Amino acid sequence: MPKPITHISSRCVPLNKDNVDTDQIIAARFLKVTSRKGLGEHAFSDFRYMEDGSPNLDFVLNQPQYAHARILVAGHNFGCGSSREHAPWALVDYGFEAIIATSFADIFKNNALKNGLLVIELPEAVVSRLRRDCDANPALRVDVDVEAQTVVIENQAEQHFEIGAFWKKCLMQGLDQVGYTLSFADQIKAYEDQRPAFA
Amino acid sequence: MPKTLYQKLWDAHVVHQEDPSSPALLFIDRHLIHEVTSPQAFTGLAERGIPLRRPDLTIATVDHSIPTLVGRSFPLKDAQAQAQIEALEANVKAQGIRYYGPDSGHQGIVHVIGPELGFTLPGQTIVCGDSHTATHGAFGSLAFGIGTSEIEHVFATQCLLQYPSKTMAINIHGALPEGVTAKDLILAIIAKLGMDAGTGYVLEFRGEAIRALSMEGRMTVCNMAIEAGARAGMIAPDETTFAYLKDKPLAPRGQAWEEAVAYWKTLATDEGASFDAVVELDATTLQPMVTYGTNPGLACGINENVPSPEAPPSHTQASDLADALDYMGLTAHQPMKGLPIDVVFIGSCTNSRLEDLEAAARVAKGRKVSPNVRALVVAGSQVVKEQAEVLGLDVIFKDAGFEWREPGCSMCIAMNGDAIEVGQYCASTSNRNFKGRQGKGGRSVLVSPAMAAAAAIHGKLVDVREVQKEAIHA
Ligand code: SF4
Repeated sequence: MPKPITHISSRCVPLNKDNVDTDQIIAARFLKVTSRKGLGEHAFSDFRYMEDGSPNLDFVLNQPQYAHARILVAGHNFGCGSSREHAPWALVDYGFEAIIATSFADIFKNNALKNGLLVIELPEAVVSRLRRDCDANPALRVDVDVEAQTVVIENQAEQHFEIGAFWKKCLMQGLDQVGYTLSFADQIKAYEDQRPAFA
Repeated sequence: MPKTLYQKLWDAHVVHQEDPSSPALLFIDRHLIHEVTSPQAFTGLAERGIPLRRPDLTIATVDHSIPTLVGRSFPLKDAQAQAQIEALEANVKAQGIRYYGPDSGHQGIVHVIGPELGFTLPGQTIVCGDSHTATHGAFGSLAFGIGTSEIEHVFATQCLLQYPSKTMAINIHGALPEGVTAKDLILAIIAKLGMDAGTGYVLEFRGEAIRALSMEGRMTVCNMAIEAGARAGMIAPDETTFAYLKDKPLAPRGQAWEEAVAYWKTLATDEGASFDAVVELDATTLQPMVTYGTNPGLACGINENVPSPEAPPSHTQASDLADALDYMGLTAHQPMKGLPIDVVFIGSCTNSRLEDLEAAARVAKGRKVSPNVRALVVAGSQVVKEQAEVLGLDVIFKDAGFEWREPGCSMCIAMNGDAIEVGQYCASTSNRNFKGRQGKGGRSVLVSPAMAAAAAIHGKLVDVREVQKEAIHA
């Protein structure tokens, strides 16, 4: 069960890419695990490491000015492709708490939220400006308030983001969705009882 | 009020909704699991100390990390893959789940075995921890991929918390020309829409060209709905669907079959029902398709040239196209026809069914794979492999110089040691040409089975209709 989140205050890593697919976030060769832990070292592996395993210093995650940033800023359609939850596990294990993008793929969005990884959709102009600003000033701070549904970029106007009321409750309370659903056990049973024989 | 197929399935599966802002509790009729995305869900269930609610509605197989080399034996050399398979076997045993393992005669890619067992049925909600679960929508079911937390949720409750999706009708007008297949059709649809136009939508494929497709072809189309960003794609069930399912091992029988068919006939979208979006496509002008980029939306006809970043497709930014062409080693305006190919992969949940292998075998028959090409044929399941062998397709492939493998995902995802190398071009019948998907640094060109076989024979991309007329007419 993810721990509750209410605020995030961090510098950001700008990732100037659209359509970052889950194969890029965590390559399939790292999926042969039976635990959720320890995938952070493989996040963005093909970009982060050179052939010989040394870090690729051109890749933004390896640049010291972005170390310990807990917000990733990407382009549009982040997390497309496979349904592997290893992608948000890897991002969370790496240390990210939120991703800001113009849009997210459906399955990824669900998977991320289930792991307490906040996905924030903001307009194209805001997101591309934020990436440029983080490029120019890696120390730029961004504050996210889940309750108020706002993102405050240092010295800039506050941005509102949408997150469904249910997801907000889950994130802020660390609500266990399985437990929530099991509270409707009677309704599930009643539904099961009327299913047709062929179903 | 007239309803769409999707709305009918949604309404039929809502168990409860606490209030309008809460997600609905949707009952799940069928759950398929495999070794890669399930272990952490079983662990989660065990930590809760509760049983799996409906093992009778769940089946399991191994496909992603299992080797496909003939004569594969256990324990596997790859200790991690072995551990994953052992974990699955222990978990399914403990929970009483039907398991179609390597000794069952039914092992295969999860999206191939569900339908061929008759586990997949119309009118059902079907989930699996795999994005290509959309495949099962070909039967007129609501089928979508889920993450591991959701797998655990289904294990514990047999339900999922869901908000309704928007609906998009994809109307295909006219008939597909000869030599143009379901794979070409879906690639053409994605090339038109782009890889994220379907985000938030469920697609319903409709029209004459869709009705004319076999179940195999329909599965190929729905399989790739996710490549347009849609979690699910669906096709209303009809006589083709019923004929396919009749007498499948897990399909209903006798009176239950009659009742089921009567119900399934009511599922088609009502006249006058409205969709949130509608896309029209003319099938009659299509040609065999190839991809030139690093997502399935970057595709064109075999007789077309690579586009220029100065005039990218409407759904793609110039810089993304330039980046994709750079990775692919292609230049703007270059013809796709004639591109040299190093590896050919015929397989995956998109195109590894009997009809796919037959189409490839017709092209390969009596010919030889180009000496510069490594070519693999990986049947989607043990059942498909056996059927193909009865027809002698294995002999045709082997005589031509193809490797004839055991079933699994294989080079579609390159988890099991089957991979292409840096810089190699692979004509592949799979569904994703993402960077590194088929092996780090590898370059994938997505094509139909007949086009893949023709590429293997000629050592380059060709228009299968021009080079092998007899295979197309067979
Ligand atoms: S064949 Fe490929 S796309 Fe299909 S389930 Fe296996 S890995 Fe996924």
